[in-house]
Amino acid sequence: MKSLLRIVLLSSAVFSSFASAVEFKQVQANESSVTFGYKQMGVNMEGKFAKFTAQTSFDPAKLAKAQARIDIDLSSIDTGSEEANDEVVGKQWFNAKAFPSAGFISTGVKALGGNRYEAMGKLTIKGKTLDVTAPFTFQASGTRGLFDGVFTIKRLDYNIGEGVWTDVSTVANEIQIKFHIVLIAAPNKK
Amino acid sequence: MDTPIQRYNNTAMALHWLVALLIFAAFPLGVYMHDLPLSPTKLQYYSYHKWIGITILLLVIARVVWRFTHRPPPLPESTPRWEVVVSHITHLALYGLLIVIPLSGWLMSSAKGFQTVWFGVLPLPDLVEKNKELGELLATVHQGLNVFLFLLVGMHIAAVIKHKFIDHDQILERMLPKGKSK
Ligand code: HEM
Repeated sequence: MKSLLRIVLLSSAVFSSFASAVEFKQVQANESSVTFGYKQMGVNMEGKFAKFTAQTSFDPAKLAKAQARIDIDLSSIDTGSEEANDEVVGKQWFNAKAFPSAGFISTGVKALGGNRYEAMGKLTIKGKTLDVTAPFTFQASGTRGLFDGVFTIKRLDYNIGEGVWTDVSTVANEIQIKFHIVLIAAPNKK
Repeated sequence: MDTPIQRYNNTAMALHWLVALLIFAAFPLGVYMHDLPLSPTKLQYYSYHKWIGITILLLVIARVVWRFTHRPPPLPESTPRWEVVVSHITHLALYGLLIVIPLSGWLMSSAKGFQTVWFGVLPLPDLVEKNKELGELLATVHQGLNVFLFLLVGMHIAAVIKHKFIDHDQILERMLPKGKSK
């Protein structure tokens, strides 16, 4: 009897320690978004990617184990105008036939204090992989975790916009990528 | 024809010819840019067209203010009544179109999701939200109004030619700086 009680107590202790270290895992695709901003002829433009998948696990208490992977379906791009949508999947821009997706894989997460963090990782676009650093904030409310971040890339680093489009006075080189990812805490395995 | 003709003043002439010049730039540019394949050049031409168009709007507003605060030189006594009426209507319609056309362009740009930033410096507010159907409608309106403008400018120029070469009066000279007339 005594040993049985011990097992019950022990297992419930283990269970509750799991429960306190909430791990945010399930990405809510319909609430999450990946958008981008750029300047065209000095005018601010906005666009978004309608289709992407994200696998993330994040526990503020165990940053060393945090992981994120985001894959973006480039053909789902919405630049804000149809004419441009047709253009940017083409060879000179994303060449989406040959490189249908762009991906980010995290290599580490650093705490910056408060709810601010920084994700380091590798961004692959059009066959080119470069290191990027994306500051983000994380807010948990109940079982929901919200990630919000912005980082800037230079499109020419990835050969996005070749030929005549290398002219950055028309379409600026700097592209701000904004992500808003909603995660639900994973129900813990008993 | 020995009596000295009464001319428009320098302000009115400067505004008239500047606006004329800019229309002769904005109009063909608008027609031409539309069918270009997407390229940096196309984006530049669209911006130039929008900048010139907004400049026309401002200059025409200045012209309207001038017109309200000044009396244009009277037409020759001999001018037939119907010509007076038709010229008034034409001029009024030209002023109207030169205000409504740029406004429709501005609104169209907002509806299409491309803000207008005058000369890349002064952002004009987006008075309507981005809305594809509205954008297409306003593009049609802009185009339709321009057909009117084309016809009216044609009439305007035909009238000048008639006055110069048929009536042999000095209607054109009223809008030309001194020295050109005998
Ligand atoms: C008096 C001034 C203006 C004139 C005479 C003018 C004239 C024209 C003409 C002739 C076209 C070609 C229409 C067609 O063939 O589809 C055009 C197109 C266009 N205009 Fe203007 N315009 C003026 C002002 C403006 C302004 C102020 C803007 C914006 C701020 C603007 C924006 C546009 C745009 C975006 C198009 C292309 C429409 C499309 O691609 O569907 N315009 N304009």
